Amino acid sequence: MSEYTDSNPSGVSVGIVKKRFFTFAEPPDKMKLESQASIGPVTIAYETCGTLNPEKSNVILVLHALSGDSHMAGYYAPKDAKPGWWDIMVGPGKGIDTDKYFVICSNIIGSCAGSTGPSSINPETNKEYGTLFPHITIGDMVEAQKALIDHLEIDSILSVIGGSVGGMQVLEWCIRYPEMVKSAIPLATTTRHSALAIAFNEVARQAIMADPNWNEGHYYASKKPGMGLAIARMIGHITYLSDESMRLKFGRKLQNRSALSFEFGAEFQVESYLQYQGNKFIERFDANSFLYITKASDYFDLAGQYGSGSLVKAFSKCKSKFLVVSYTSDWLYPTYQSKEMVKAMKKNDLDVSFCEIDAQWGHDAFLLPSERLDDLIRGFLRRASNEI
Amino acid sequence: MKSDQLRYDLKIIASWIKPESKVLGLGCGEGDLLFWLKNKKNVRERGIEIEESKVVKCIEKGISVLQGDINEEINDYPDNAFDYAICSQTLQQVYEPSNLIHSMMRVAKMGVVSFPNFGHFNVRMHLAFTGRAPVTKELPYSWHDTPNIRVLSLNDFQKFSDQVGFKILKRAAINTKNTNRQGKMVTFLPNLFATYGIFLIGKE
Repeated sequence: MSEYTDSNPSGVSVGIVKKRFFTFAEPPDKMKLESQASIGPVTIAYETCGTLNPEKSNVILVLHALSGDSHMAGYYAPKDAKPGWWDIMVGPGKGIDTDKYFVICSNIIGSCAGSTGPSSINPETNKEYGTLFPHITIGDMVEAQKALIDHLEIDSILSVIGGSVGGMQVLEWCIRYPEMVKSAIPLATTTRHSALAIAFNEVARQAIMADPNWNEGHYYASKKPGMGLAIARMIGHITYLSDESMRLKFGRKLQNRSALSFEFGAEFQVESYLQYQGNKFIERFDANSFLYITKASDYFDLAGQYGSGSLVKAFSKCKSKFLVVSYTSDWLYPTYQSKEMVKAMKKNDLDVSFCEIDAQWGHDAFLLPSERLDDLIRGFLRRASNEI
Repeated sequence: MKSDQLRYDLKIIASWIKPESKVLGLGCGEGDLLFWLKNKKNVRERGIEIEESKVVKCIEKGISVLQGDINEEINDYPDNAFDYAICSQTLQQVYEPSNLIHSMMRVAKMGVVSFPNFGHFNVRMHLAFTGRAPVTKELPYSWHDTPNIRVLSLNDFQKFSDQVGFKILKRAAINTKNTNRQGKMVTFLPNLFATYGIFLIGKE
């Protein structure tokens, strides 16, 4: 996912929010991972907006994508330049209305934004884990979030909502905790990566690992593999856009010049944009986290893991109501992949709504202001809370 | 939505649906009928609609709806998943109507089919006196831009039921006024005087 939220045009905001932390799995009771490795202690960063009602029936769990964090809405401090990453959707009167719902956003295990990940200190060595960090899966992310939800003494979730890798966590939640999750909104996501998606991720990972500073993942005491991470981010950005959005946004326009200068600088605007995005990313993201999280998304395969190859079987224990949303120009997780999951849900007689939104902005459309998505989410949540 | 705001033909369909039943709306539009049935008869509803803007209207109302082509989407449901499959004023736009009726009879115990009557007096007069393809209030398109590729009369549907193999359980021939909000039943020569036909069908 990209960073789009540079300002808050509506002026409506949930206000000041706080980054909170929850730590569990203190040794010897470590958290067992799907890879059979164990890790502990585990810290999860999270944010909450709105108020939990006395019946505890208004809980919404928002799950972020690859490079997101727990800061979904509002500001940490009044002078912050930017609000949280989904401020356009989460707030008073917005699509996810914080006047009605108690909204939790949990950071993922493996991240570098406050939760335990490769850049955290390994208590056994007193140094950063680096690549000694165990491999994680989407299922492990969900289990860590489940520990947080248990800690908050919540036993029923009105809706689990997320896009892209966040959408994978949404689907995993519905399969692992069918009784608990009343409804779910997977946006611009898939039940498993296509070869195309794995290929892009692998090229991005290779860029990081080929950086001379990467040092097998143990770079925290010296220079970071910034160039590799920046290239990885540039590749990601190409997959988040679309032919149409790039044509409209950049075309063949030149950057700060009126003619070709026959040099290897950023002559075209699209080159300059990608370099800017890459450089901005290395200031806030850890290269090893990028490796681990992209790998987790490549491993994700609901049919393989829960249905012996059958997606219909994988969803057979689900009970949640679903709203599945895809975008016409998303070539990372194209509509046919959403339709496959909808088909499997229908064959299980699940209550599923599906809408393909006509948008030119590619995979990242779910992060951009869209009245249509606001209306869909608002209407679906109203029904979910009426029918609970 | 109040019941008197429901279109006259939809009101008749609604009166045939048993409370607490499970209903599939094929080409459900903005979901007026399903919304009414959900709120007044407590049905469990599913809709299929191809137009994105109408799908959004349904979901805003709190209707469970899928965006897609009815001919394809109907195939994924288990046998007898519904009590009723409703195809309201859409059959005349379907390329293979017999396949769709078969699918309706597979996924639901009963079906409701309604369509504009091509046997109506006005249609016959239009062709007889102008010598051109009929354009009427109910079928307002010209031959070259019409989505209504399978126009039929009430008598045609009767014959179709024998060929395809389904039973007509109930029928209503109606005549609607301009806004389609009001109308009346037609009992005298329905194939000549009804603007719409509505049929409740079952398996043979």
